[in-house]
Amino acid sequence: MNSELLIKNGRVIDPANGIDGKLDVLIEDGLVSAVGRVQKEVETVIDAEGKIVAPGLIDMHVHFREPGDEEEETISTGSAAAVKGGFTSVVCMPNTRPPIESETDVEYVHRKARQARKTHVYTMGAITKGREGVELAEMGFMSEAGAVGFTDDGRGVQNPDVMLRALKYASMFDVVVAQHCEDTGYGEGVMNSGYSSSILGLGGIDYLAEESMLWRDIQLVKKLGRGCVRYHAQHISTAGSAALIRKAKKEGLSVTCEVTGHHLLFTEEQCMDYDTNYKVNPPLRRQADIEALKAAISEGLVDALVSDHAPHLKSEKELEFLTAPFGIASLECAFSLYVKALIDEGVLDWSGLIRLLTCGPAGVIGVDKGTLSKGRQGDVTIIDPDAEYEIDVNTFRSKSRNCPYHGWKVKGRVEKTIVGGEVRYSRGDE
Amino acid sequence: MSVVLNSEEVQQVLSKMSEQIRVSASEGEDIAFIGIRSRGEILAERLSEMLSELLGIEVPCGTLDITLYRDDLNSPSGDWQPVVRTTEIGFNIDEKLIILVDDVLYTGRSTRAALDALIDLGRPKSIRLAVLVDRRGREFPIQADYFGVKSDVQPGKSVKVNLVESDGKDEVVIE
Amino acid sequence: MLGLRDLDVSEINHILDTAEGFEQISTRSVKKAPPLRGKVVANLFFEDSTRTRNSFTLAADRLSADVIEFTQKMSSVSKGETFLDTARNLEAMGVDIVVVRHVASGASRLLSRSISACVVNAGGGFCEHPTQGLLDIYTIRKIKKSLEGLKIGIVGDIAHSRVARSDIWGMSKLGAEVILVGPPTLMPPKVDELPVSVSYSLDDVLEELDVINMLRIQFERMGGNPFPSVREYSHFYGLTGERMQKAKDDILVMHPGPINRGVEIESEVADGKNSVILEQVKNGLAVRMAVLFLVNQAAAEKA
Repeated sequence: MNSELLIKNGRVIDPANGIDGKLDVLIEDGLVSAVGRVQKEVETVIDAEGKIVAPGLIDMHVHFREPGDEEEETISTGSAAAVKGGFTSVVCMPNTRPPIESETDVEYVHRKARQARKTHVYTMGAITKGREGVELAEMGFMSEAGAVGFTDDGRGVQNPDVMLRALKYASMFDVVVAQHCEDTGYGEGVMNSGYSSSILGLGGIDYLAEESMLWRDIQLVKKLGRGCVRYHAQHISTAGSAALIRKAKKEGLSVTCEVTGHHLLFTEEQCMDYDTNYKVNPPLRRQADIEALKAAISEGLVDALVSDHAPHLKSEKELEFLTAPFGIASLECAFSLYVKALIDEGVLDWSGLIRLLTCGPAGVIGVDKGTLSKGRQGDVTIIDPDAEYEIDVNTFRSKSRNCPYHGWKVKGRVEKTIVGGEVRYSRGDE
Repeated sequence: MSVVLNSEEVQQVLSKMSEQIRVSASEGEDIAFIGIRSRGEILAERLSEMLSELLGIEVPCGTLDITLYRDDLNSPSGDWQPVVRTTEIGFNIDEKLIILVDDVLYTGRSTRAALDALIDLGRPKSIRLAVLVDRRGREFPIQADYFGVKSDVQPGKSVKVNLVESDGKDEVVIE
Repeated sequence: MLGLRDLDVSEINHILDTAEGFEQISTRSVKKAPPLRGKVVANLFFEDSTRTRNSFTLAADRLSADVIEFTQKMSSVSKGETFLDTARNLEAMGVDIVVVRHVASGASRLLSRSISACVVNAGGGFCEHPTQGLLDIYTIRKIKKSLEGLKIGIVGDIAHSRVARSDIWGMSKLGAEVILVGPPTLMPPKVDELPVSVSYSLDDVLEELDVINMLRIQFERMGGNPFPSVREYSHFYGLTGERMQKAKDDILVMHPGPINRGVEIESEVADGKNSVILEQVKNGLAVRMAVLFLVNQAAAEKA
């Protein structure tokens, strides 16, 4: 490991500290030791002229499928994909088989991540045993083992009483409870409920399935008061959800939310040819929802951008639309997708975008990451903002290829990913 | 383009053919015409009218679509789009003397297809072939029993029969 | 050949015109013609449907094709042999045309993307059942000469009906006015964006209709209970002899079969003078022959 690493002449953007300027970053013994004009002779110097130097990016919503579906992804391949995508920290979802629901499960994820030695891997634990929405899982033990939040992702907690208890109990440990908002009482579906689903003859997931659960959860948070309750709405997808978040934040409730790239780039019409690569949950909605989500982002209502990287086998995505699993694998190209959806469209500036990929998510999960403050871990992502490239799934380090962005020409290429002062990815040395 | 038969000659040739058919058919024979779509259909109608007049009895006439029996169905060239149309034969062909009518006999392939199609419809006593133009270049052992005119055109040229009913004018031309 | 939504008016008419040529094959002594001689048609049915399958089999037989029957209940396992594996297996045996019936919407589209043989959709999920739509249109056209300006009612479970969807696309393209009739609970979402009008009352619209297509109430496909009881459904939407008094004298009564006698239609109507239900079955054969023939032609042209 390099004991000293100097990144010179880059445009350093550190939103948490209000920094945006041509500066140098010095990392010593794996920790950030200086941001400014550094005149020190060090062994390793990276010239970042013309590049953006950002705190290491964080994706707080990925599925690495281990344990249980290692043929789709492992913590090792997922970690390799993460650093290629510029992510120095990721948060795994607990909907593995079996789910992450005990401290040994959490430790297992951490051990696999240490062995992979690529990115920092955090995990959330399940809210309920078996993600069945009935009995609380051992949140205390998991949180002691380092779980950064709880969710039954892939499913919402249907029973309001169980959710209320989860919020109360988690508040003891000051850990966030994240919800996949979907009230299945509205019926089960495979795409957005609307004109397209009618034509295609596919069951729809109604807007209300998401919004009514989000509304309910916000009421629960309100009922519990402002103590230590922390609630996070995962991958919101509708204009109505954005409005609910706006209202909750205005009332000062401890509610945060995230948005995925695909909900900013695609509408339900992408499903018209039954291409299962567009089958995601929450489903792709309509243009008005995209506009509303972008408006929410530019207003600062959204705390994090996430890939919801959900790898699946080709053979599974080759199934009928009805049967194929939900999900898009996009961790490696996620950053460029946000650039396309938000920078190119003028929704955010670079600093605004990087905020939602660094200190934004770090704040939600409560980890000491996402800034270049002195003494923090030396996690840095170097990005060439102008470089264009074509997304090619065949170059993915992820095991899966279920990515509808294949062949897209995009901007904003990750050049180097540095984790704890060590260069873990460098474009070109593969 | 050169004209092989003009309007008047087409008419003369047809009446000569109907006369030949009358002569060759034996007494009491149950004759019926069947034309191959689309020009053969028109010629068959004309011939049946002429023969009806000569014999003083109604000679039935029908139309045969041979698309399904063509041997080039699975290798259509760009200029030929198969369009399946109806076969319209309003009488039983069993035990009849069928005069199959086409405009041009060339390779013999259409006639072969027509024979197969006819046999799927019933069992005629016999089938004879009448064509307006008998063009050289047979690929099958098929000959016309009655013909209007023989033609020796080189391959690559085409012999076209125009009729009042379909083209506004009777004539046979080489293009 | 996946759905009527993808076809334009001239293509639909071309299929119907071709079907006319095929109709008479069934009436002659040798009920067979040779255009698909040496071709292999695979009937790939992942859902029970004796009628449609028999109709396709007979159609292929009459065109002299060899037919492989493959019937299997769909398994919903996501790992293990998939639907595509099965189809690719058949393709490896040299199948030219695959006729597919599947419980999942879009299965035929998936198949056509993945194999090189021609794919004919014989009904998939709640999306389309194009040959049924075509035979409905063919039947109407044959009797009424044209669909232009006709008022056609489609009655019943629109939400779960692939027949309704194919009818809607085909009939509206040919100039008919389609009126969907049924309880709101059996209408698909955003039905107002389809090229149709909607009525919840059969009695209100019955007298204007030139054609009425009574969909089968498919108990097995409906989730929950979209109406309280069969009795109540029949009360509002059953085509009874009494209701027929209000209809035009020359209304055509259609049904895609199999009929639930006494549920959506009373026997005296199903077997009555306005019924063309058996006519539909007969025409189905000609339409399917036309479709198989044209699909094969299209493949030959591509080759």
